[in-house]
Amino acid sequence: MGNANKVTLQQKKSGLTDANLLLIITIVVFFVMYASAMAFLGEGFLKAQTLFDMLNNNAALIIVSCGMSLVMICGGIDISVGGVVALVSMCSGIFIEYKGGNIYGALAVSIAIGLAFGIVQGYLVAYLNIQPFIVSLAGMFFAKGMTTIVSSDLESSTFNVMNEAFVKIKDIDIIIPFLGYTNKHGKYMDAHIEIGVIVAIVIVVLLFCVLRWSKLGRNFYAVGGNMQSALMLGINVRRTKFLSHIMCSLLAGIGGFVYFLHIGSGSPSHASGMEMNAIASSIIGGTMLTGGVGNIIGTFFGVLSLSTIQNIVSSLGLGEAWWTGITIAAMLCLFLVVQSIIMSRQKIMLAVRNFFNRRKN
Amino acid sequence: MTDVKVKKEFSIGAFMGSILRHQIFIPAAALVILLLINLVGDFFKDSSFFTISLLHNSAGNPVLSGNLISVLDFGSELAILAIGMTLVTAATGGQDISVGATIAIAGSVVLRIVCGADGVAYSVSPGTLILAFGAACVVAMICGAFNGVLVAIFRIQPMIATLILFTAGRSIASWINGGALPRVNAESFTYFAGFIPGIPIPTPFFVAVGCIIIIAIVLKVTNLGLYTQAVGINESSSKLNGINPVSIKILSFVILGLCVAVCGLLKVSRASGITYSVIAKDIEMDAILAVALGGNALSGGKFNMTASIMGAYVIQMLTTTLYRFEVEPDALPAYKAIVVIVLVVISAPTVREKAKSLWTKMTKGQKKVKEVA
Amino acid sequence: MKDDRTILEMKNIHKSFPGVRALQAVDFSLCEGEIHALMGENGAGKSTLIKVLTGVYEKDEGQIFLKGHEKAVVIRSPQDAQKLGISTVYQEITLCPNLSVAENMYIGRTKGATVGWSKMNKDADKILESLDIPAKATQQLASCSIAVQQMVAIARAVDMDCKVLILDEPTSSLDEQEVQKLFKLMRDLKSRGVGIIFVTHFLDQVYEVCDKITVLRDGQLVGEFEIKDLPRVQLVAKMLGKEFDDTSEIKNTELVYGGDDASQCVFEAKDLASNVGIKPFDFYIKKGEVNGFTGLLGSGRSESVRAIFGADKVISGTVKKNGKNIKISKPLDAMKNGIAYLPEDRKRDGIIGDLSVRDNIILALQVLKGFFRPFSKAQANKFADEYIKLLDIKTASKDTPIKSLSGGNQQKVILARWLLTHPEYLILDEPTRGIDIGTKTEIQKLVLKLASEGMAVTFISSETDEMVRTCSRLVVMRDRKVVGELSGEDVNQNMIMSTIAGGDKE
Repeated sequence: MGNANKVTLQQKKSGLTDANLLLIITIVVFFVMYASAMAFLGEGFLKAQTLFDMLNNNAALIIVSCGMSLVMICGGIDISVGGVVALVSMCSGIFIEYKGGNIYGALAVSIAIGLAFGIVQGYLVAYLNIQPFIVSLAGMFFAKGMTTIVSSDLESSTFNVMNEAFVKIKDIDIIIPFLGYTNKHGKYMDAHIEIGVIVAIVIVVLLFCVLRWSKLGRNFYAVGGNMQSALMLGINVRRTKFLSHIMCSLLAGIGGFVYFLHIGSGSPSHASGMEMNAIASSIIGGTMLTGGVGNIIGTFFGVLSLSTIQNIVSSLGLGEAWWTGITIAAMLCLFLVVQSIIMSRQKIMLAVRNFFNRRKN
Repeated sequence: MTDVKVKKEFSIGAFMGSILRHQIFIPAAALVILLLINLVGDFFKDSSFFTISLLHNSAGNPVLSGNLISVLDFGSELAILAIGMTLVTAATGGQDISVGATIAIAGSVVLRIVCGADGVAYSVSPGTLILAFGAACVVAMICGAFNGVLVAIFRIQPMIATLILFTAGRSIASWINGGALPRVNAESFTYFAGFIPGIPIPTPFFVAVGCIIIIAIVLKVTNLGLYTQAVGINESSSKLNGINPVSIKILSFVILGLCVAVCGLLKVSRASGITYSVIAKDIEMDAILAVALGGNALSGGKFNMTASIMGAYVIQMLTTTLYRFEVEPDALPAYKAIVVIVLVVISAPTVREKAKSLWTKMTKGQKKVKEVA
Repeated sequence: MKDDRTILEMKNIHKSFPGVRALQAVDFSLCEGEIHALMGENGAGKSTLIKVLTGVYEKDEGQIFLKGHEKAVVIRSPQDAQKLGISTVYQEITLCPNLSVAENMYIGRTKGATVGWSKMNKDADKILESLDIPAKATQQLASCSIAVQQMVAIARAVDMDCKVLILDEPTSSLDEQEVQKLFKLMRDLKSRGVGIIFVTHFLDQVYEVCDKITVLRDGQLVGEFEIKDLPRVQLVAKMLGKEFDDTSEIKNTELVYGGDDASQCVFEAKDLASNVGIKPFDFYIKKGEVNGFTGLLGSGRSESVRAIFGADKVISGTVKKNGKNIKISKPLDAMKNGIAYLPEDRKRDGIIGDLSVRDNIILALQVLKGFFRPFSKAQANKFADEYIKLLDIKTASKDTPIKSLSGGNQQKVILARWLLTHPEYLILDEPTRGIDIGTKTEIQKLVLKLASEGMAVTFISSETDEMVRTCSRLVVMRDRKVVGELSGEDVNQNMIMSTIAGGDKE
């Protein structure tokens, strides 16, 4: 009996790669969490708009986390993304509000800043072989400092952007039919999402395709899996690493613009700690920091899981600010430990399987 | 004649090479450059960077003051953290990014015990203080052990494992005091971070020196150094030689925990209170930079404690220098980042190799010219 | 180019590293449809030559000509080499364990910007099938055994329509059957006109498949020979650069302690088993005895000695020392009981690369002495000097990091580390793997000398002739189980072979 059980378990395991298993866990955890929130907390979670608001509030984080996943799959890390988001939103704000620029110019500025960070950091990491952690640490310092420096001439470093054209675009809501709700005053409200969400979803789909079907995407996995091997297999490792950093910073730039579009103001304290949320989302989404394993869909659900837990904490009435931090950390801890256990179990299973195969032969 | 000359050149070259290769070279060179910048800066400023004056503080005690003194003063926490960070880096090949947050926890524990439930204390008895510091040590060591267990037993990368406490630490700190901001209005409490009456040198300096002496003794009378490096370089070999990598890794985190507790005490003593979101902000970054600046590989393995500690003071010197040139505190990181990048690029092996080949080409060219002449 | 059939010619290749001249004026040429062995001791420059050819290292001087290219070709990266039709299969697996088998076969060499999964998987399956490799295209590489991973690497190279195939010690992790499969493959490729450069330490294999031999020594070319013109003894003499010190003479039966003496066993184990899947086995060793564990790769010989040393988790069995029960649950327990273990994989389990030769030598004794009692620097230096001299370790100084020493000298340092602890029982797992013949002989002699001084030694080697020369008693293993024991006159190649193969008759 016991033996038969073992065999079926083995067969099941062998069909499932590490990456897929992690992805499934992430998605299942998200749905279980959301469903139980709907069942036990009801009210807010039953409204579709709650989910849409989660998307609205986290569109930028989704974009930034996608970039983080890319770099992590490639075996690197970029902790400058939070700083880049802050710098981009500050620069865009100043450009529109004080320099009379239009929104397309601001987008161009955002992309340029992202690219500049990507090129410098990517060059240092890929071509001078400096550790990505140190390089992006400096990048973060630089971005945060620059955010203060560019805003130092203003009368107040925190300001709202009032430009009409901008506000118009910022306030565009995309109505989702049939999912509206009736508010306290009995008025029917349409379910809506912001432009940023569309951008985020387009980017998620795009990157998923890139990672799955493009050679560049597969090279990311190869380099992250084993850099030396990737070199021997004829992959241009340096260029691949370089590109991963450029893409990450570029996405941070775009994420910064989406963030700005959502929040509509500039402040040096914007997006603080965003890099940590992005790393956390990637990890919860099944990306391994060691590289070579990860999935953009997982990252997407990682962000949603992170914000679901925040929502749950606040609707449980744990109003004190510290609970959010503690629960996110607890969740991160849980996922890390689960990941670690799965990985070591996989190894044990492999050893067992090899042993049985040997005996069969 | 020419023979002798060539020989001399060679020996100088070799000598320069050995200096360049020594680990202390990087922080020492950085220190010299900073001093030179300040020396030049003196021509453009009214006051000299190097002035040290003896003043009397509000309590009428003699205190030394000046930029160099403030480097020694404010560099203390960094130097103490660098000790633990170096060990963690060497043993695990990763860094602890939660030190700032755990300093907040340790500081919060100290204040919780000193101030009790009232949230304010007007006098502090030595007994309470020892109890408070002891409790902070225990809590910080538990935090360290938590990180250590995640890293050593669950094999999670250190940066990610410590991300947990990094995210939760300041929240936990504020939870310990129920969100209140306790204050200590006793003068004796400020002695740790200020001046002990009659002694004009800031106390943190003595604390740092004390920690440095302790770690020097520990490294001398135990095999901590050898074991840590062995584990960091090749875990599997170490295991087969009877070393227990798990306990060495956890030990390194626990030692860092102790360092954090000392820093926590210093930090709350400086402020006579605590602001959860600000206390020891970004200090983890400075501590990691100190280790890197000391020429230690952030990927673990061999380490040089002296170089790390020097690295810490160089970072503080940089901060003080930037303040002196009237850089806003919030803009500081941008300048630091540039300095860091320059330093890392100079010390990158790839760059060094290129520079070396360029150097030999140049000297070869010179020799050829000489031969022709 | 020498003639029409020459497809590769390397001329006057120079390469040096800081302090070492790895290659000096080396010439090498390869014809189509030829299997060409590249031989030399460790540090002779074989790997460097290969790496220059594949673009991993940039040569300092010299030219490389390929058929179909009029001028000398420039190879700056493995990619360049691949484009020119030069493929390599290395000793260490150079594939990505996180990707699928099919991806590992095609990544880095397909045209276009996208990946066509279904076609790729189909093609891969076809090749795997034609080469008789037991793997599926969609399987994650990490879930394959090391041998299969190696064969996937070869399949990749084969499929790349390469003109020059370099096999850098591909057989060191394959068992006899798999080696034969590989040889079949090599002959097949040869008939298709591929030129194969074959680097190996196994002399038998050279004489089995190769047509020509090029010998290198100390970074210089000794010569190129037709296989039929160069008998083994001469080949070895060329590699060593001196008259062959006939290792078959070192066995002096008087030195070796007989297994039938009534004296007490130093160590004795009953029903020992560890968590890596070996069957419980009994084991004993006497004072002054050299015994061996033999069997094919993966038969469990390494796992058995690891269980004795406590390197893997022991799940059953008792161990006795001099008749008294002892408990060994971790390496430190074993060390305290006077057991020393030189592991199979020197790089992974033996050396501590960045530490100095001195620290590497004193490590085990230091651990035994305890965490709180470090040796003084003077004492450590004394130990290091003593053993560097005793074992004739070639190192610039005792402060040199061990990783910059040659393989044989690294092995000697590890040996010194354990000898310094004055063990009663020394376990040597493949001490001669991947090191030059000169050092091999030295180590074999040392083993016999130690045994004659009363040390119990277990010696494991994949080269059976080496075992026959040194051991007085052999434990034979198959499928992770002890299947027989040979002693006295029975310790010879034929008996070992038939005992290992014995199970097949069932």
